[in-house]
Amino acid sequence: MLGSSRASRWGLRGFALGYLALLLMIPLGMIFFRAFEHIGPAFESLTNPDAIHAFYLTILVTAIAIPLNTIFGVGCALLLVRTEFRGKALINAIIDLPFAISPVVIGLSLLLVYSETGWLGDWLSANGIQVVFAMPGIVLATVFVTLPFVVREVVPVLHEVGDEQEQAARTLGANWWQTFWRITLPAIRWGVSYGVVIATARALGEFGAVAVVSGRIAGQTQTATIWIAEAFSRYDTQGAYLGAVLLAVLAVSILVAMNVFKRKEAT
Amino acid sequence: MSIIVEGASKNFGDFVAVDDVSITVPDGSLTALLGPSGSGKSTLLRIIAGLEVPDSGRVLIQGNDATRIPAQHRDVGFVFQHYAAFKHMTVHDNVAFGLKIRKREKAEIDQRVQELLALVHLDGLADRYPSQLSGGQRQRMALARALAVEPKVLLLDEPFGALDAQVRKELRAWLRRLHDEVHVTTIFVTHDQEEAMEVAEQIVVMNVGKVEQSGPPRELYEHPKSEFVMGFVGAVNRLGSLFVRPHDVDILQRPEPGADEAMIEHLVHLGFEVRVELILAGGDGLWAQITQAEAEQLELEKGQIVYVRPSRGRVFDHDGSPSGDGTPSTEELQVA
Repeated sequence: MLGSSRASRWGLRGFALGYLALLLMIPLGMIFFRAFEHIGPAFESLTNPDAIHAFYLTILVTAIAIPLNTIFGVGCALLLVRTEFRGKALINAIIDLPFAISPVVIGLSLLLVYSETGWLGDWLSANGIQVVFAMPGIVLATVFVTLPFVVREVVPVLHEVGDEQEQAARTLGANWWQTFWRITLPAIRWGVSYGVVIATARALGEFGAVAVVSGRIAGQTQTATIWIAEAFSRYDTQGAYLGAVLLAVLAVSILVAMNVFKRKEAT
Repeated sequence: MSIIVEGASKNFGDFVAVDDVSITVPDGSLTALLGPSGSGKSTLLRIIAGLEVPDSGRVLIQGNDATRIPAQHRDVGFVFQHYAAFKHMTVHDNVAFGLKIRKREKAEIDQRVQELLALVHLDGLADRYPSQLSGGQRQRMALARALAVEPKVLLLDEPFGALDAQVRKELRAWLRRLHDEVHVTTIFVTHDQEEAMEVAEQIVVMNVGKVEQSGPPRELYEHPKSEFVMGFVGAVNRLGSLFVRPHDVDILQRPEPGADEAMIEHLVHLGFEVRVELILAGGDGLWAQITQAEAEQLELEKGQIVYVRPSRGRVFDHDGSPSGDGTPSTEELQVA
């Protein structure tokens, strides 16, 4: 049987470890190593105004997109789990679309609707709103790609918790909002946190969709990932490495936070 | 507060859960809704609580139409089979929940919670979380929580169903005493006839969404109106078209008029009582319940041939209702 003997157990472990090493650990380690090899010029490159603005923009966009998707995600999960309506299966399927579609395609589809020649283009320019090649477009793209995370984390938790506690709260006189705030939200809080954490990590690292809709204007619509890619393409490899390290550290600290949540949930 | 349900019906898709049910629950009484699973008893309770809206019919609480009033404003205490404890709150906060929603003073809440915890024998456990309590303790906490808001009506959905036999027995007796103390109109749902007989003053027997019969426990036992009720509120034997309680089966050592020959298949000693399992000449099974003293006097043994005769029995029509003109006095046979 698979995994029954000592040798095959060690064999499997070795394979898993080797696979991870070649794909993840060695490349990431190399970036760390290279970034700190010539830390002087790399630091200079990363402290120029365009680079600082790019990281600022990434954090700002994440700070807008994640709360939006948290509210939407919890609301949508409640709708899917606690109510019955026609078209529920359709909504359920649509929510998963960002998982399935390439971010580049998402970016292009946003262009088709919101750019000057797009479906809403005339109305938007008539009202002086610029979406594409500006901050709103980047936020839209980030919201789009991080849409499913909170919903998908909260739905199973809502199922598991059941609705008896909510019914008990109702019979004790609580209205909808009191029931949600005092009973439902505390019961699903780890699921929500977990969803927020992965969505945040995803938002920080988003490249494809943002690259299409942002216009990649340095110092204006350039996000951290785009700055890193551009730095690399203009042979500023040290800057690119250190930028990558900074982004990786941000994302990894988010992952560490996630593991803390996981452990709390287990207790 | 009295509760009246008039012609309530509720369907879930194609499933008819409650079918034109009318019941009356007197003020201050302790009533059981008894029936097998799927009989609609829980749905009826949830309709009374406002957790379900009936498709048709009305619910009157103290004479006022409450059918469209949501659970939140109905002033009912509801206890769930699986406790529905607020897991992220301490015992104190669970019990205080309804009072906090009603924005009572903190001092008043603390005092009331303390009184209630004493009432349900959970004093000293106020700072625990539900996960640190046993099943029986959790259910008593849920009861205290429901009683905290001084409900007009207390509704319990299979309150002891998830507990083990010993705890269940204790809580039954305790619920009876509690009702004597608090005197709130109480309805509880159960599928356990023994529990219903032991706790309730009035029993409503339900089957496939309809009320089969309602009345005091003794009346249901002595004068069941249907085959279903007779079988559900106590053990029953069937002899052709005659339904006989095991304690109404006489065992004789000699053939007598009206007595059938039978062989003793098993003797089960249950302490004070003995269950005699018999096989009739035709091959049908039958069992009799007699006292230990009677069994000794008859010197019963396994494999022995005896003669059995029902001292009392009941005949119902084929549709399960009492035979004859349907008057409450079903056809009762006294063979003596």
